Amino acid sequence: MKGWFGVHGGQYVPETLMNALIQVEKAYDYYKKDESFNRELQALFKNYAGRPSLLYYAERMTRDLGGAKIYLKREDLNHTGSHKINNVLGQVLLAKRMGKTRVIAETGAGQHGVATATAAALMDMECEIFMGREDTERQALNVYRMELLGATVHPVDSGTMTLKDAVNEALREWTARIDDTHYVFGSVMGPHPFPTMVRDFQSVIGREVRAQIMEREGRLPDALLACVGGGSNAIGLFYEFIGDKDVRLIGCEAAGRGVDTRSTAATIATGTPGIFHGMKSYFCQDEFGQIAPVYSISAGLDYPGIGPEHAHLYDTGRAEYVPVTDDEAVEAFEYLSRLEGIIPAVESAHAVAYAMKLAPTMGTEQIIVINLSGRGDKDVAAIARYKGVHLHE
Amino acid sequence: MSRIEAVFKNGKAFIPFITAGDPNLETTEKLVLCMAEAGADLIELGVPFSDPVAEGAVIQRASQRALQAGATTDKIFDTVRRIRQKTDIPMALMTYINPVFVYGPDKFMESCRDCGVDAVIVPDLPFEEKGELLPACRRHGVTLISLVAPTSDARIAGIAREAEGFVYVVSSLGVTGVRSEIVTDLRQLIALVKAEKDIPCAVGFGISTPEQARDIARVADGVIVGSAIVKLVEEYGEGAAEPVGAYVRGMKRAVSGE
Repeated sequence: MKGWFGVHGGQYVPETLMNALIQVEKAYDYYKKDESFNRELQALFKNYAGRPSLLYYAERMTRDLGGAKIYLKREDLNHTGSHKINNVLGQVLLAKRMGKTRVIAETGAGQHGVATATAAALMDMECEIFMGREDTERQALNVYRMELLGATVHPVDSGTMTLKDAVNEALREWTARIDDTHYVFGSVMGPHPFPTMVRDFQSVIGREVRAQIMEREGRLPDALLACVGGGSNAIGLFYEFIGDKDVRLIGCEAAGRGVDTRSTAATIATGTPGIFHGMKSYFCQDEFGQIAPVYSISAGLDYPGIGPEHAHLYDTGRAEYVPVTDDEAVEAFEYLSRLEGIIPAVESAHAVAYAMKLAPTMGTEQIIVINLSGRGDKDVAAIARYKGVHLHE
Repeated sequence: MSRIEAVFKNGKAFIPFITAGDPNLETTEKLVLCMAEAGADLIELGVPFSDPVAEGAVIQRASQRALQAGATTDKIFDTVRRIRQKTDIPMALMTYINPVFVYGPDKFMESCRDCGVDAVIVPDLPFEEKGELLPACRRHGVTLISLVAPTSDARIAGIAREAEGFVYVVSSLGVTGVRSEIVTDLRQLIALVKAEKDIPCAVGFGISTPEQARDIARVADGVIVGSAIVKLVEEYGEGAAEPVGAYVRGMKRAVSGE
């Protein structure tokens, strides 16, 4: 059934938004088969975003860990520095075709906000970004970056002042102004059609990986690793391989200070079924369905839910979800920087951290692909703070 | 006649909303009783939710106050049960789908029936998803109120045809909160509902003044006011019963055309 992944998904939004969702769904169903739309999107991927992104063999890391061969899918090398550009180019192009003149978006770490502001600048759309007050402070440079690109950034002071509150506020704004505005959801979350549409735009990652690994190794990888907040870079990598049962799909959740503490954002590890932000899925919440204030060092994974397709992949056992703590992520952040000369986003560092555990348990003939979903320049100041280093900017 | 049917039998209805547990549940009990006394025809009690996406700043703050003061779904049911022993005023719970889903729709509606709640209003449960709650509502005789919005267009007929109790007509785009002007053609919106089904229509979102209420009551069967009352509760706290009572009395007069 459309918009459902097993028991998860759906369209749980106020009536005011229902026709807007139906319009997006109709437009997407039409344009995804439209030759000129796809030609334009592919041209943007190639000439603007820099696709295909590299699949890099991390030889030093592989040797150091002494197990499986490790490849990095370099989404960090995309224009704007993360996988987020794949989705926004698709959605903003669609919004343009729909006759919208204004896009709004939520952002956590700021990567999706920067990507949206970028696509909006390119396609001459008005752009407003909602960002939790706490995140505007953690990621002040990205706020300035969005403003440089011509976007207006609204700090959100409600609730926990992080990603979920930014989504709340963007939803409220969309309810108030629908005619000329498209809400560019940043992940495979929210009401139908967003989980499907965002997955489709991101699935270019996995398609490229298949072609690249077949060329390099002549075989499929044994495990795919990606960090999961809402889960767009993970589903982007996994989707192409869901039918390949021998390929393990492993999502790495942000455990924050640990899944046995309240300072965590690991939804599969600690969440329960719920309905929030337009979708039925798993959420971190209390016994009365109040959404929990979650925590992670990574603003991009600091979200109390997970996309409905991941919830379904978990239910069916097709994908595994593992928690990774702040400490482990920071260690991996430094490890990859020193060993390979690649500074990963602290989000992506969660996947690197799990690879550091997994690779040594695997044979040297086996292959792991890590989705390096973003670059870490934006996190340098936060990591320094975490390590107690005082920087003078 | 059920209590929900009775709401619209006393002329045009005035329907006040407050957030249960704001600033505490004792005050909620007092407020319900005084609003009933002041002429309210149905009382909407908000079960606070951590992330109320359909609410403006005023009700968001009220939800936070109530949760911080310890209001839970169970404690709210206890309060409603106490209120029900003292008054026959029709009561509806307004909340989001998640608190109901996590509590368990069947258990939630059973508690509604046992405590004397007549209806539930769930703004993030659109027509397409109402199967989530409708079977449990039917089992326990709780009315699930349907909403239509200025953007509903072709959806109105389907929603109206299956609506029960009354239709909650959302006056404007955006979230709840006081507005100086309502630009939607409510007369036409309501006509579209009534063309499909002879069912009372109550208008909410953005209404605060007696003048607005009087105008809207000319085209609607009832007027719903939330934020303006919640603001009084925010200002007067535990002492809000008197100003809220006076406000409700004035609004009931306004909708009655006096």
